[in-house]
Amino acid sequence: MKTASQLRKLADGSRLVRVTFAGTDFQLREGGNLAAEMLAAGIGPFRYTPVSGAPRNPYCMMGACFDCLVEIDGVIRQACMMEVREGLSISRPAAGEAEHD
Amino acid sequence: MTEADLVVIGAGPAGMSAARAAADAGLSVVLLDEQRKAGGQIYRDVVRAAKVRADILGPDFHKGLELVHALRHANIHHITGATVWQIERNTRVAYTVEGAASFVTGKCLLIATGALERPIPVPGWTLPGAMTAGAAQILLKQSGMLVENAVLAGCGPLLYLVAAQMCRAGTPPQALVETQSTANILAAVLHHGMGAIQGWRQLAKGLGLLSELRSSGVKRFTGASAIAIEGSEHVEAIRFTARGRRQRVECSTVLLHHGVVANTQTARSIGVPHHWDELQRAFVPEKNKWGRTVHPQVYIAGDGAGIGGADAAAITGRIAALAIAGELGAITQAERDAAALPLRRDLRRELAARPFIDRAYPPYGGALSPADETIICRCEEVTAGDIRKYAKIGCRGPNQTKAFGRPGMGPCQGRYCGLTVTELLAAANGLSPQDTGYYRIRPPIKPVTLGELAGLAKQIEDEKETAQ
Repeated sequence: MKTASQLRKLADGSRLVRVTFAGTDFQLREGGNLAAEMLAAGIGPFRYTPVSGAPRNPYCMMGACFDCLVEIDGVIRQACMMEVREGLSISRPAAGEAEHD
Repeated sequence: MTEADLVVIGAGPAGMSAARAAADAGLSVVLLDEQRKAGGQIYRDVVRAAKVRADILGPDFHKGLELVHALRHANIHHITGATVWQIERNTRVAYTVEGAASFVTGKCLLIATGALERPIPVPGWTLPGAMTAGAAQILLKQSGMLVENAVLAGCGPLLYLVAAQMCRAGTPPQALVETQSTANILAAVLHHGMGAIQGWRQLAKGLGLLSELRSSGVKRFTGASAIAIEGSEHVEAIRFTARGRRQRVECSTVLLHHGVVANTQTARSIGVPHHWDELQRAFVPEKNKWGRTVHPQVYIAGDGAGIGGADAAAITGRIAALAIAGELGAITQAERDAAALPLRRDLRRELAARPFIDRAYPPYGGALSPADETIICRCEEVTAGDIRKYAKIGCRGPNQTKAFGRPGMGPCQGRYCGLTVTELLAAANGLSPQDTGYYRIRPPIKPVTLGELAGLAKQIEDEKETAQ
């Protein structure tokens, strides 16, 4: 699940807080952009597509492409439009929409 | 139920400058923006970022500070983190903040929703690690993150800016893979040389970035074609043809960009007509010189009205605000016209270099007409070949393709496939993009939960009681 981080963070002294992604704990910067912090922590893929099961990570980082979708408290959200909060429990959205028909 | 003289959607340069100009004219303004900080994408998180990262981001970024500070005005109510998902009766705007939905109604509405990266469907563009150049900018501005071991691919001034910023930060890209050719540059000089001279400020900036790149020794390939991104679970390399042979550069991120296009979702959702702009190679909304649309109370400003860049956006925002202030009787028509005069002169200067830039850095042909097996709809994973097949069996317009194979029906609602589908159908059917048309955009233009909708019921009841 983890791929090597390709992002270098400029130091800013933010507090790290614990979140979980797919059952694993991560320390992310509190108040940071959730998608950015997840990428920097090497978390990925964010999701698998419902059509072919292909892995996806953020593409646009501005709320337009919806490739950074994750599930938080039962709601599928755009990670790039959220802030890191302590204790967030994040999972990959359940795939399988394609099986409905 | 909130009311205001003017509701502005989008706190980028156009929305911010319009909000202030309208407030100065005495109008009450509600400014809605999806981000938690004003600035839009170009000035994302500018108040914080300009302080800590000015050396990397460059002097132009600072212009955003003034616009953000100007929002401190008693007449401006800036609602942050507000996702607009529906507009009714042209000026009643439904939005959600932190899971709570609300309405705000303006006497007038200004749409300032900016631009999107032009879709760039190349093989492998859906792989994790393939992102837009704009995404790299956002990571840097908002999060102070630099993409390492990356290749920039495509064309246009933003590509140079991102590359230069990466060099300044000590994480230069592995290579710049540029799709424009020398012939494109020559054509631009021939056809739009005068514009280039009038718009020398912009071009000088571009040349400055290029010389910065040269001195940092970043490898540049121009006239690149047959671009494909390789990798199984993640980006591993980029392949392309340049200098007369196949090339391969290993990397873990590919940053794609070949221009930006107007984000038309909001305007389309209320039926504002759009037309095809051949030079920008995209649809732009129809409006008059004040930014007023066919709906008399609805105006559009900034890149969402057609690409002109951040400085032009701030100017068109002010021009629209003057028109709205005039319309609502806050200023006289003579005052409006007098104030607009110098703005129009500035706007002409800002736009002078645009035709040159558009001609010198045309969109990458391989992404306008992708190979059959390339995915063009990221959400529903529809390929270019699928669209061509639909055309062959009689499909004429983008809306019909939805019934054939669901392109544009995923969560992004066509934002990153709409223009490609139009271009593919137009080419396959021998029609113009104008006659081929675009997806019909329906609300909600952003996802809304049932709980949020239910929460609105009380507001609607209250409104009815007030009306009685």
